[in-house]
Amino acid sequence: MEQLLNAMAIFSIGLFVIVLFSVRRAHIRVEYSVSWLIAAATLFVLSRSSALLEWLSQRVGITYPPLALLLIASGVFLVVFYRFSIRISDLKDANIALAQRLAILEYQLHATHESKQTPSQG
Amino acid sequence: MNDSLLILIPAYNEEGAVGSVVREVQREVPGTPVLVIDDCSGDATVQAARDAGAQVLCLPTHLGLGGCVQAGYKLAYELGYDYVIRVDGDGQHDPRDVPRAFQALKSSGVEMVIGSRYVDKKQEFTSFSRGFGIVLFRLILRPILGKWVMDPTSGFVGVNRDALAVFSKSFPLEYPEIEALVVLKRKAFHFEEIPCNVRPRQTGRSSITAVKSVYYIMHVLLGVFINILKYEGRRR
Repeated sequence: MEQLLNAMAIFSIGLFVIVLFSVRRAHIRVEYSVSWLIAAATLFVLSRSSALLEWLSQRVGITYPPLALLLIASGVFLVVFYRFSIRISDLKDANIALAQRLAILEYQLHATHESKQTPSQG
Repeated sequence: MNDSLLILIPAYNEEGAVGSVVREVQREVPGTPVLVIDDCSGDATVQAARDAGAQVLCLPTHLGLGGCVQAGYKLAYELGYDYVIRVDGDGQHDPRDVPRAFQALKSSGVEMVIGSRYVDKKQEFTSFSRGFGIVLFRLILRPILGKWVMDPTSGFVGVNRDALAVFSKSFPLEYPEIEALVVLKRKAFHFEEIPCNVRPRQTGRSSITAVKSVYYIMHVLLGVFINILKYEGRRR
């Protein structure tokens, strides 16, 4: 049990550091790092606090605390993935609308430009 | 503009076929503007379409069929067209059917006309998976639409301005044909099928493989049921 909790603590520290470096290098925007940092902090606290983990395990009816930690970790990441799925869908919708609008504006600009040029050519 | 018609040709890497499609359409409906929507092709589709005399709407990124067609619908709506008929850029749709589709659109009072390979005549399915998909969607759509649609995957489609207004705001992005029927149904619009001729592709080959067919069926099934559950007023 102790090994698993230690591994989880190392994993959460690693996740925390990677996310911070990604934000520093502008690979992840600050607003999207918050979910990951909260997830990493939650996992670290649970893996280091046996009393809290055992209390949570009893609340959800699981006799083996590390299993509760894995379930909680899975739940936390599912929430993060769900949030990002919503965000990606929004961004894709916006991207499509922008691409369509850009194409239409370019078309109309081209048409206006041509109609202005036509009299002088004739 | 009254009774104004725009021919819409979505095209992606169709340099070998799009020019002849444009010329054939212009021969069948002389004087009708033809708009090719280029879905960010990597070949000379745009030049081939322009050389044939079409206007071209160039998308800056590849959006897929639904996003490509919707861009054309948006432009047609903003330019004030009353009717739009979509013909695929691969040459499979016979432009000789365009005048009949336009006539049906004007005289029937329905919001959408579908060119169907399987109404009035027994055209064979091009493959088992395609035939299975079409029969499956006929059965699924029957209770939803309240009538049979014999060729729900047909891309040869004509719409009037009411449908244009709806599709400009809400149009399925991938495999749009079947979901578009459900979108129309939500608006209590009507459609009609007219017989049409489908020819072999002029160039290239279909991107639909057996694996993609399964994905297609799953994707469209989900899309249909989500569309049924959707409430009005959604952003897309």
